Amino acid sequence: MTDCADKSDALIQLRNISRVYGMGEAQVKALDGISLDIQKGEFVAIMGPSGSGKSTAMNVIGCLDVPTGGTYHFNGVEVAHLTQDQRALLRRHYLGFIFQGYNLLARTSALQNVELPLIYKGMGRAERQAAATDALAKVGLAHRAHHDPSELSGGQQQRVAIARALAGNPEVILADEPTGNLDTKLSAEIMEVLQKLNQDEGLTIVMVTHEADMAEFAQRLIWMVDGRIERDHKTSKAA
Amino acid sequence: MLWETVRLAVQAIFRNALRSFLTVLGIVIGVGAVIAMVTVGQGSTEQVTADVEKLGTNMLMVMPGQDAMEGGPVGTAIQLFDIRMNDLLEEELSVVDVSAPLSMGRARAVFGNENRRTDVVGTDNRYFAAAQWEIARGRLFDVTELQSGKPVCVIGETVREDLFGTSDPVGEEIRIQTLSCEVIGLTRSKGASTFGSDQDDFVIMPIRTFQRRIAGNTDVSMFIVSVRDGVDTERAKTEIEAVMRDIRRIGRDEEDDFTVMDMKQLATMLSGITGILTGLLSAVAAVSLLVGGIGIMNIMLVSVTERTREIGIRLAIGAQAWQVLLQFLVEAIILSLFGGLIGIVVGLGMGFLGATMLSIPFRPDPQIVLMAFAFSAAVGVIFGFFPARRAARLNPIDALRRE
Repeated sequence: MTDCADKSDALIQLRNISRVYGMGEAQVKALDGISLDIQKGEFVAIMGPSGSGKSTAMNVIGCLDVPTGGTYHFNGVEVAHLTQDQRALLRRHYLGFIFQGYNLLARTSALQNVELPLIYKGMGRAERQAAATDALAKVGLAHRAHHDPSELSGGQQQRVAIARALAGNPEVILADEPTGNLDTKLSAEIMEVLQKLNQDEGLTIVMVTHEADMAEFAQRLIWMVDGRIERDHKTSKAA
Repeated sequence: MLWETVRLAVQAIFRNALRSFLTVLGIVIGVGAVIAMVTVGQGSTEQVTADVEKLGTNMLMVMPGQDAMEGGPVGTAIQLFDIRMNDLLEEELSVVDVSAPLSMGRARAVFGNENRRTDVVGTDNRYFAAAQWEIARGRLFDVTELQSGKPVCVIGETVREDLFGTSDPVGEEIRIQTLSCEVIGLTRSKGASTFGSDQDDFVIMPIRTFQRRIAGNTDVSMFIVSVRDGVDTERAKTEIEAVMRDIRRIGRDEEDDFTVMDMKQLATMLSGITGILTGLLSAVAAVSLLVGGIGIMNIMLVSVTERTREIGIRLAIGAQAWQVLLQFLVEAIILSLFGGLIGIVVGLGMGFLGATMLSIPFRPDPQIVLMAFAFSAAVGVIFGFFPARRAARLNPIDALRRE
């Protein structure tokens, strides 16, 4: 709130963010001063070669990692000033994650997986189950609610993961290579689900991918190289 | 939230049912051993007390010499008792119900081809009352037999069994040393005492007969005193000591040359021994609990490593560090409580079995059961904390990356 010059109404506002790993000679600059605004309701794809810092950028935006320099305002709050527990609360209430490896709990039904974030939100059992069933229906998996992840296909597992991210009713969904483990057809299905959520529910989506086809589903494309943003432009999908 | 955590922990425990069971085995053994020990210990203490009560808690023994256990002062001639002293004691004191003079020796009793070395006791009918012996068959001594020291005797069950087998002993003659002695009665069996000695192994005859025909002197080894009902044995003891000093003309500055022993003292002493044993064995069991706790810590550490990815997911989804800590702590506590519960059941079972086998009363102590339960919970907290803290301190990014 002090640096009014930079103040904008963007949901996500990065200013000169850097993330340095290691010390001295062995220092690696994963992020080298990136600045970025993401508005509410945007669907942004971040692309770049391996080691370009796109995953680090994702972790910083997702409040899983803390930048070593620069400022990051989420919804007007300076994330660097938050404690670890406060960042956990921020993730709980505002963010939903989708990972490349799905990261569902094994030997736990799809429904229970989707319920997980709601447990931490302190929701009662009945309300929780209703919300989780609802989220599963949105990704077209209501009929598989009581199956374990091992009984679901890769595409279905990723849809359960999307339902889990949705269930907490977040502001932003962060997807890290969501189609990395899927074939082209299933990938397109997943992207359609994400696109629909963006368009119908107005969800803000930030996605990291290395597949240009998938990035095509986004409205905006950010191209990173060596920890810097090289290009940042609207795609053909931009409204 | 807490309920969810408990449910989750139970799920995690049953997901690895066999491993969980093996993990808590240490706790099961520890808790089980403590409970079995204490249960059997308390049963035997109660049994000892009951046995001594059967001997008569209102029974006192008066023996010549100080400190009968140590055999009296060396080099001092102790004035022995005689029957006159016994009768004086009984007459002088209203607190005394009966007092029986007793002389004892060991001798071989022979009947036909059978023989047995046994306690030979010379006394009179008052002894049967004081020591609570009942006559199972035959009769007690009559006045003439007592006064003139006739060769008659009352035998205990063990002697009867050895010498007579199935035939009726009453009216038969047994030989003790050179004395031929008619069996006139048989006492009702008291069985073995808690301390293992056979209480039915004796031949009782009139004290005059014993003194003249067996011992060859007029000494009396002790008085068995039965205190009147409702009289405190401590008070009776003090009064008896006073009268005995008087009878034996002990000067004001001189020490007693006799001892009055209380059966309650005996009971306390024996219970004390049981208590020490229980304590020692419980200490061994406590070590087992410690080992069990380390087992739980070990498995919880393995569990944290195995579930690193799960922890990462939870942290990413918005779990706070304390919630992850709580999850693993609750799991460790529930795990050890399971162990405690199984241990309590096993311990009570073993205690019951032990009590049945030793034929002592089964006395489970709710306090010990509660303590065992609390202790196993404490083991869970103490040994679960370190692994749980390790889980809570994980970095979500690293945790998610772990395979």
